This record gives sequence, C-alpha cells and structure tokens, in this order.
Amino acid sequence: MALNVDEIRSDFPILKRDVRGVPLVYLDSGATSQKPSVVLDAERAFYETSNAAVHRGAHALAEEATDAYESAREVIAGFVGASSDEIVFTKNATEAINLVAYAFSNATDKHRQGIEVDPRFVLRPGDNIVVTEMEHHANLIPWQEVCAKTGATLKWFGITADGRLDMESNPIDQNTKIVSVVHQSNILGTINPIEDIMRMAHSAGALGFVDMCQSVPHMPVDVHATGADFAAWSGHKMLGPTGIGLLWGKSELLNAMPPFLSGGSMIEMVNMDHSTYAPAPQRFEAGVPMVAQAVALATAVGYLEQIGMDNVAEHEHELTEYLLNRLQELPGVHIIGPPNAIDRGSAVSFVVDGMHPHDVGHIMDSRGVAVRVGHHCAWPTCRRFDVPATTRITPYLYNSRADMDAAVEAIVAAQEFFGVLPESEKVGL
Amino acid sequence: MSDDLYQEIILDHYKNPRGVHSLDHALAESHQVNPTCGDEVTVWVGEGDNGSLDVAYVGQGCSISQASASVMSELVAGKDAATVSKLEDAFMELMQSKGNLQPDEDVLEDAIAFAGVSKYPARIKCALISWMALKDARIKAGLTDHASDIDEEN
Ligand SMILES: Cc1ncc(COP(=O)(O)O)c(C=O)c1O
Repeated sequence: MALNVDEIRSDFPILKRDVRGVPLVYLDSGATSQKPSVVLDAERAFYETSNAAVHRGAHALAEEATDAYESAREVIAGFVGASSDEIVFTKNATEAINLVAYAFSNATDKHRQGIEVDPRFVLRPGDNIVVTEMEHHANLIPWQEVCAKTGATLKWFGITADGRLDMESNPIDQNTKIVSVVHQSNILGTINPIEDIMRMAHSAGALGFVDMCQSVPHMPVDVHATGADFAAWSGHKMLGPTGIGLLWGKSELLNAMPPFLSGGSMIEMVNMDHSTYAPAPQRFEAGVPMVAQAVALATAVGYLEQIGMDNVAEHEHELTEYLLNRLQELPGVHIIGPPNAIDRGSAVSFVVDGMHPHDVGHIMDSRGVAVRVGHHCAWPTCRRFDVPATTRITPYLYNSRADMDAAVEAIVAAQEFFGVLPESEKVGL
Repeated sequence: MSDDLYQEIILDHYKNPRGVHSLDHALAESHQVNPTCGDEVTVWVGEGDNGSLDVAYVGQGCSISQASASVMSELVAGKDAATVSKLEDAFMELMQSKGNLQPDEDVLEDAIAFAGVSKYPARIKCALISWMALKDARIKAGLTDHASDIDEEN
C-alpha cells in the first residue's frame, strides 16, 4: 500500500517550517527522525496526569506511572517480537551497546579476582571480538575499550567495493566470544545478512549482537528471527523522543550478566558491605528512569504500527530506488555504498567531484535541504573508500519523490556554484 | 545563494591555494583536525629573515578550511611574531562575532572574506583550524612576543 505522504506530513509540525527563508526539506532522519504531534502530546499528557517516580511508593500516581512505564515496555517489546522481560530501557543505543560491552569487561575483572561469573562473558588474551568495517563508532569504540581492558583482540569483516560485507574476510573462529554487526549501515545503507552471521557466531560458540539503529525504525524486525542474542536501537530515530534507547537481550543471558550502572532500583537486597541484584531488566535500570520518554516512544510505536512497517519499508524502498537512479544520472556524482536498492536501506551517501561534502551540504542547506555531511560516526568506513567524508540523504516515511527531486536539484546547483560540472572548466583540487 | 559564505576570494583561494608546501628549516609543526568533518591541516613555522616567520602548510578538507589556510599563509608571510599574534587574535575575534563585526581590511586583508563564516556555527571550526595550527606551532617553536602568548601557553 502506498503511503499517503501528505497526510503523514500534516502530523509533523516541524515539517511545516521554513529554514533560511525557504521550506524545509528534511532528509536527515538517519541522524534523528522528526516527531508527530501524538508523540509530543503523549509526553505532555503523562506529565499532566500521571507523573511520579516509578517502582517506588504506593500512592496512586506512582502506581499509574509504573503501569504506564511497564505498558510502554510491553508495546515496544511487541513491536520487535520480544517479551517485556527482554527489553532494557537505556538512554540511547550507545548506552545499550556499552551495557553489554561492560558485561564482558566487568565479568572479566570479577573472574580475575576469583569471583564466580558466567564464563561466556570472560575474555582472555587470545580470545577475539568480531565487528565489521562499516560499524558506527557506537558499535566499535566500546569493543576497542573491552579489548584494551581484557587483552582480547578485535577483528573485523572488510567491505567490498560496492559496499557489501566481504564474506571472504570472515574472521570468526573458535576463539571468538562475541560478534557484533550493524543490521543496516548508517553510512552505506547496506543491509547485512545478519541471520547468516549470527549462525556463524553460534557455530563458533560465540554470542551475537546486532546494531539495529537503522533497521527497527525502517522495516519490520523480529529480533528472535534474526538469530541474535542481543540488539540495540534508539527511540529518537523512530519518531520517539531523545533520551531513550533499547537493549533487547535473551532473558537467560541478561540474567547471567553483571550490572552496568548500579544504584537504586536495580537491587534485590542491600547490606552495608554487599548487595544482590534484581533480575533483568530492572538490574540494568539504575535510578529513576525516563518514564515520559518511554510512554511517548510507545505512542510512536503505535503510530508506526498503524501505518504498518511493511508499508514504511516499501515506501522507503521506492524512494531509495528513485534517488539512486537520479543520482547516478548526475555527472561527477558518485554513490558510496551499494548502487542498487537490493538489500539496501534508505541511507544514501555520495561524493561530488571537485567539492568537499561540507560544501555540498552547505549549499543544499541554503535551499532548505537538510542533509548530513561528515564521516557519520563511521570514520573507518570513509577511510575504506578513500573519502574524507560524504554527504548523506536519509529519507523516511514523511518524505516524497518531490523531496528527492529537491535534493537532486540542490546538488546540481552546488556543482554549478562551484563550477565543477564536468562540462565546465576543469578545476584542479 | 550562500553568497555571504562563499565569497569570490574564498573560492579563488580554494581552487588556487597558495603556500602549500612543507618547510625544511621548520622549528615546529602542528597538525590539527576537525573531527566533525575530517578537515586536516599541518602548519610548519620557522624563522625567516629579519625576525619574520616562515610559514607553510599542507591540508585537505572543505573550501572554507583550505581557503582559510591559504589566506593565512599569505597574510602572515614576512611578518614578525608580535604582528602574527595580533592577526591570530583579530581573526579569532572575527570568527566569534556571529556576523556582527565590521572587520578591518587594513589588518586582515583577504581574510575579511571569512566574516560571513561567523554566522554559521558549524563552519567556524573549518575557518579556524589553520590559525589554531599556526598559533600552536609558533608557540612550540618559541616564536612568541605578544604578551597574550605567554598567558595562553599552558
Ligand atoms: C548504526 C548506528 N549505530 C549506533 C548509533 C548510535 O545511536 P545513538 O547516538 O542514538 O546512541 C547510530 C546513530 O547515529 C547509528 O546510526
């Protein structure tokens, strides 16, 4: 079913505004999505009617707030085919990844002190952790840190020239303890064969983690069906508010992990010299959590479900195919990432001959077209393609073909302004 | 379109950069990066004739960062440390002005073309990195004179 983009757009107040004197064309949803009124209203309504600290106190508001928070967990779990006890609320995806990375380094520390921990989280020199060359820094640096602390080695899948994972470079072996892979690359748009990779991880006796920041907002995802053990994503990229992220983990594993942040709300019994911890997910939710954001995110999920994630994915697929074709007609413009829309999401990165991405983005912005420029927190991926940065267009459910046309026209205008259209006089860079 | 940012002088320096080379007799160098967009510049500072500075650079990045490095290298050529230090301060002040400062063309010459950059917070760092590298290399080389240099040495 084709989406009614006009109707959807009318739900997003910010899309009506002008920037720099011209109408906004928002094409940076890969960085963060805009929010429909229902989401904003839900957050406000929570504060106006039920605000209280959750899981504390016995008064009516505390009960209502706890109920709202736990119901939100159920809605969000249901959206990805999980059960509520498998969903941990974090501040963002970055924190969710760190939570699991720290389970490894904390378990390793405890093991070294002779404290009994689950051996699946203990790392020794000689062990390795596997990622890919197309990870967002959020799924790279935490594992670099774990390696530095434990003596484990970081290994990675390389990338082919057309932006796919190079399966020949598979470094998974019997010493691999965890494989952490991005589902859809935020810079290349590639959708990776995570089911295969999770299977390889498990055959080697390793655990599997998937960074779903760019998949859960854009396509139907059943976390169990992917074969992963853990997944992380952020609320703000799926029409929800900032300040809330999600960790999904198999219950049995979450309960085998040491805590990450500690303090109130995550305990079972507390004495002056030692404590025991609550089962997951409470074990990983220390302190008063982001209740209003959870409520608003559940509303965002409801909004997406009403439209249907199949429809969102199909709409984005059409836009992506159209955009890729139009970009490839432009002389001097090169796509960084898969050039066709097969196994590919809507993040479309490109470079323009003779122009730095920052300049391309700036001139697009002067025409109201908001795109991301830079290394997109995937610096090693840029290095792989020998570019300092890219310009990236990431359409979402509220974008239309007209927005793709506006972007393409803005790119041509940038080329004209810089005098780098290949027909015109040659520019030495 | 974007005329306030992309002055003709900037585009000219971007397409035909001056001062791009390394310096054999450099006393110090400084490598600066702009992690948000990957701009990079390395500036070398050495002693020239009659107490003047020799400055050279290599870099890669956006038009603003590379044109700024080129304009800087021309502007400081043959000047002494005290004058260069004052130029650094004047350029920094211009970049922090949010577009509300009428730059002194007698002092900043071609660098006044960057006045418009100060209205775009995301681009200010681009214009500044070569100047930051210059100051860092100059202080490392001990080519200081201006009182403010001493305070800022940390
Ligand atoms: C693929 C990917 N992973 C991780 C992140 C980090 O998300 P957050 O900054 O919300 O923690 C992002 C967001 O840019 C992303 O696109």
